[in-house]
Amino acid sequence: MINASLKEMAAALSAKKISSVELTQLFLARIKSLNPDLNAYITLDEARTLAQAKLADVRIAKGDVAPVTGIPFAQKDIFCAKDWRTTCGSRMLENFIAPYDAHVINQFDHAGAVNLGKTNMDEFAMGSSNETSYFGKVKNPWDTTRVPGGSSGGSAAAIAARLCAAATGTDTGGSIRQPASLCGFTGLKPTYGVVSRYGMIAFASSLDQAGPMAKSAEDCAVMLNVMAGFDERDSTSLQRDKEDYTRDLNKPLAGLKIGLPKEYFAEGLSAEVATVVQEAIAHYRKLGAETVDISLPNTQLSIPVYYVIAPAEASSNLSRYDGVRYGHRAAEYTDLLDMYCKSRAEGFGAEVKRRILIGTYVLSAGYYDAYYLKAQQIRRLIAQDFEEAFKHCDIIMGPSAPGTAFKIGEKADDPVSMYLQDIYTIAVNLAGLPGMSIPAGFANKLPVGLQIIGNYFDEARMLNVAHAYQQQTDWHKQMPEGME
Amino acid sequence: MQWEVVIGLETHTQLKTNTKIFSGASIKYGAEPNTQADEVSIALPGVLPVLNAEAVRCAIKFGLAVNAEIAPRSIFARKNYFYPDLPKGYQISQYELPVVGKGSLTVQVGDQEKTVRITRAHLEEDAGKSVHGAQEGMSGIDLNRAGTPLLEIVTEPDMRSAAEAVAYAKKLHELVQWIDICDGNMQEGSFRCDVNVSVRPKGSEKLGTRREIKNLNSFKFMQQAIEYETQWQIDTLEDGGTIHQATVLFNPDTGETRAMRSKEEANDYRYFPDPDLLPLAISPADIDAVKANMPELPEAMKSRFEQQYGLPAYDAAAITASKAMADYFVATIQAFGGEAKQASNWVMGSLSAKLNEAGLDIINSPVSAQALAGLLKRIADNTISGKMAKDVFEAMWAGEGDADTIIAKKGLKQVSDSGAIEAIVDQVLAANAVMVAEYKAGKEKAFNGLVGQCMKASQGKANPAQVNEILKKKLA
Amino acid sequence: MSLTINDVKRIAHLARIEVSETEAQATLVKLTGILGLIEEMQAIDTKGIVPMSHSQDVVQRLRADVVTAVNQREAFQKIAPAVEDGLYLVPKVIE
Repeated sequence: MINASLKEMAAALSAKKISSVELTQLFLARIKSLNPDLNAYITLDEARTLAQAKLADVRIAKGDVAPVTGIPFAQKDIFCAKDWRTTCGSRMLENFIAPYDAHVINQFDHAGAVNLGKTNMDEFAMGSSNETSYFGKVKNPWDTTRVPGGSSGGSAAAIAARLCAAATGTDTGGSIRQPASLCGFTGLKPTYGVVSRYGMIAFASSLDQAGPMAKSAEDCAVMLNVMAGFDERDSTSLQRDKEDYTRDLNKPLAGLKIGLPKEYFAEGLSAEVATVVQEAIAHYRKLGAETVDISLPNTQLSIPVYYVIAPAEASSNLSRYDGVRYGHRAAEYTDLLDMYCKSRAEGFGAEVKRRILIGTYVLSAGYYDAYYLKAQQIRRLIAQDFEEAFKHCDIIMGPSAPGTAFKIGEKADDPVSMYLQDIYTIAVNLAGLPGMSIPAGFANKLPVGLQIIGNYFDEARMLNVAHAYQQQTDWHKQMPEGME
Repeated sequence: MQWEVVIGLETHTQLKTNTKIFSGASIKYGAEPNTQADEVSIALPGVLPVLNAEAVRCAIKFGLAVNAEIAPRSIFARKNYFYPDLPKGYQISQYELPVVGKGSLTVQVGDQEKTVRITRAHLEEDAGKSVHGAQEGMSGIDLNRAGTPLLEIVTEPDMRSAAEAVAYAKKLHELVQWIDICDGNMQEGSFRCDVNVSVRPKGSEKLGTRREIKNLNSFKFMQQAIEYETQWQIDTLEDGGTIHQATVLFNPDTGETRAMRSKEEANDYRYFPDPDLLPLAISPADIDAVKANMPELPEAMKSRFEQQYGLPAYDAAAITASKAMADYFVATIQAFGGEAKQASNWVMGSLSAKLNEAGLDIINSPVSAQALAGLLKRIADNTISGKMAKDVFEAMWAGEGDADTIIAKKGLKQVSDSGAIEAIVDQVLAANAVMVAEYKAGKEKAFNGLVGQCMKASQGKANPAQVNEILKKKLA
Repeated sequence: MSLTINDVKRIAHLARIEVSETEAQATLVKLTGILGLIEEMQAIDTKGIVPMSHSQDVVQRLRADVVTAVNQREAFQKIAPAVEDGLYLVPKVIE
C-alpha cells in the first residue's frame, strides 16, 4: 500500500479493502519507526490525525467520496492549520498554534483527506537543503549523510521514505522542484496565482506558490485538482474556469516541441547530471517529441535578481514577527526597542536574519533604484526570454539542479554557494511560470531530476508530458534502500 | 525683517464604510478592545489584504468634489516601520501613484476668496490605538482601529496664515461630510489634521525648513498651534538659530508646540509596491457610476439657490456652508411655500444665533424646518408681526409647541382690524398732544414715538404696517 | 558599493534585530559576499524597461463592503505573549 498511487489507494478504500484508519495507521507506524532519524516531521498529532481518518471512513461508507478522501497527506509546516502547531521551521513560531486554516488545508479537509502531520522545512522557506530549520536538519532517505534539498525538505524526505501518500510543498525559488530532484519524486509548482496563498506563511509574496509533491505526475494532477482554484481572500488568486488537471494525462506526445536552453547545459552543471538529463530527453525523442535549441540569455541574472526581490519582500513580510501579538517574545528586555530587537534576534536563525538584512538594505533610502527597481526591470527581461522561447517550442526541459544531493554541512557556511543551487529553477518563479521536476535516473546512486517548464496555465500539458515518460520508465517507482 | 508663513495641510479622513479597507471586520466606533480585530487586522502569519470597493468609491467621490484627476491606475505601497499599533510592521498606503491627483478647494477667508491646491489624495489603512496606564510601564494595544480606511488629503503649501489654514480645514471638514464619505467626528478621530509650517523672508521664493504639527483635532487648537509655531520659528531665526525638520505636538494647556522627543534620524520607510495587491484600475465608467450618485456639490447648490430662489450670493454661501443647513433650508421653503429670502433670513439669523448659543448642530435643532415654516406662514399672512414672531420663536425653541399653539395660547394674534386700530390711534393721538405737535412742527422722529405708543397700547399686537398707514392718514 | 560595519548596524536597527559586535563583523563578511553576487545586475542597461511586479496583467479585485468577520478575541489572545483586559501589553511607548 505504501507504494500505491493515489488512484489505487482511493480504489482500495472505496472497495473497503482497507479503511482510512488502517491506511493512516500504516503510515503513522512507519513515521514512528523512521522519522526519528530522518526528522521529516516537526509536528505529529496521532489523535487528531486518526479522528480525521475516522470521519473519512464515515464518508466513504456513505459513498460520499472525492479522489483524496481518506488518504493521508503530509502538510508542509508553512500552512496554517487550525489548532495545529505551525512553526514554519522557526523558533519564532515554536509554540504558535494557528487559529485558522490556510486555503490549501481547507481544500484537503473538504475533500476528506487526512492530515498526517506538519513537515520540516528550511526556516521561513529560506534555504535549499533543510539545514536552517530550528527543528533540526532533515536527512535524505537515499543517503542519510546528505541533504534532501529545500526548503520543502521534510515533505521530500517523507515522500521518498514513504512516510505519507503524498505531500504539499511550496516553491519560491525552487523549493519543490529541487528537493524533488534530490529525493527522486515528482513535484510541481503551478503558475503564479493558481493556488491561493491565504494562510501560507509568506516568504516572498510575488514568488511563493504552493504545489503537490508525490510519487508520480498522475498523483500530482489529482492533488492539483484539490489545491487549485480561486480564493477571494487572496488578491493575487486568479479567477479562472475550473480545470481538471488529469484530463490530458494520456494524450500522445507526437509533435511535441521541446526547447532546450543552452544556458541550462553549460558550466556549473555536473557531468553526471547532464548525462542523465540528456538520456531522458533522448527518450522523449523516441516518444515522438522533437527538440529545439533555444536560448534564455538572462538566466545568469536570475540569481542576483532573485536575491534582491525575495529578501526585500521577505524583510517586509517578516516584520510582523515582533513578539507583540503571538510568537516568540524575549524573556528579558529593558524597553520596547529592546523587546523588538531581542525577540527577533532570538526568534530568527542566521540565514533568515541575513536575508532580512539584505532585504532591508536593498530597499533602504538611496538604494531602492539601484537594487529593487533594477531587479524588477531585469525580471521583465527574464520573463520576456521565456515568452520569446515559447514561440519556438511547447515546453522547455533541462536539469532541476546542478548536481545531486550534497553532503550535510557541505554548503552550510557558504550562502552564495547555496544560492547557486537555484540556478535552473529561480527564473521560473520570477516569470510566474509553472515548473515541474520528475525523476530521470541516478548519478552515483543519487536521484537526478528532469525539469519541465511550461507556458502560463499549461500544467495539464506538463503533467501529460511527465506522465508519458513515467508510463515508459520506472525511475519514479524506485525507493531508497533500507526504507522498506 | 518681514516674515511670511507658509502652510500646507495633510488631513486623514476616516471613510464612512462598514468594514476595514483590506478585510471584512467592522469599523464601528466604541467596540470593546480587539473585538473588531480579525486575523488580517492582527497580522497573523499567512493573512492577505483584499480591497474594499466602498473605500474606492469614497476616493472617487472626493476626487470629483475637488475637480481632481482620478488615476486610471494606482498602486498600493508598503510603508515600513515598527510600532506596536502597526501589526504588520508596515502600513499599506499609496506612494508614487495615488488614486486621486491634483485638484483644488476654494475657501472664503473673511471677505476674500482663496483657492488651495490639492496635491493628491490617497487611500491607506489606519493604525491601532495605544492605551497608556494599563499597567505600570506598559501600554495596551487595541487593534480595532487597525485597518480602518483612510483617505489622506495633501495640499500644496498654499496657505499664508492660520486663518487660511483653518478656513481650508473647516471647508474640507464640511465637504467630506457633504459628500458623505466621512462623519467628521473629530472627537472620535474621524478627521485629523497635520499642519506643515515654515517661515521665510517676505518676497523670498525659497521654502524654509518646515516642522509638522501633528494630530490637531480641533479648529481652535489648530489656530493657536499655528500662531504659536509661526512666532516660535520667527523668533528662533531672528535670534540667529536654525530650524530643524521636526514633528511637533501642540499642548492645549500651555498653548505651545514642542518637538517630539523620539525624533531620531528621519525615518527610512523603504517604500515598495505591495506584492499582495494588484494595481487599482478605475475606468471612466466607474467614475460615471459614482458621479451619478453624488449629491449636488456646495458650489453648484450655491449658484442654484441664487438662481432658483433669487438669494443674494452672501446668503446662498451661508446657507450652503453645510449640507445639513442647506437641507434644512430647502425643507423650510418646501413647507412654507413663500418668499425664500424670509426663510434664509430666519435660518441665518435667529435660528443660527440660537444654535450657536446652545452649541447645537442644525440637525439637532429643537425647531424643525416644518415648525419654522409654520411660523413664517403666520408672518406672511399677517397673523403676527415680524417683531412678535421673534417672541413666538423663543417660545418654540423652549419647547412650548408650534407657532399656532403659542399664538393661540398667548393670544398674540396681531390686531389687523382697521376699526380697532383706528380706535387705538385715536386714543394715542389724544393722549400725546405734545408729540403730535412736534411732528407737525417737522420733527420726523416724533412719528416713530407715536407708532411706539400705538404698539404699546396694543401690547405689541397691532399690525405695524396698518398702524403706520392709519397714523399717517390721521396726521395728514 | 562596499558595506561597512556601520551599515550593518544601521540596517540591523531598521530591521529591529539585535546584532552583537562579533555578530556584526561576521554578518558584514557574509553580506558583502551576497552583495557581490547582486552587483552583476549593474552591468545591464535597463533604461525604459517597465518593472515587473506580477506576471499576469490583472488588476485588483474589489471586495463588497459587508461585515464578514466575527469576534474572535478569545481565540486570538489565547496565543498572545501578554494581554490584559483584552489589550495586548507592550513596554510603554515614550513619545
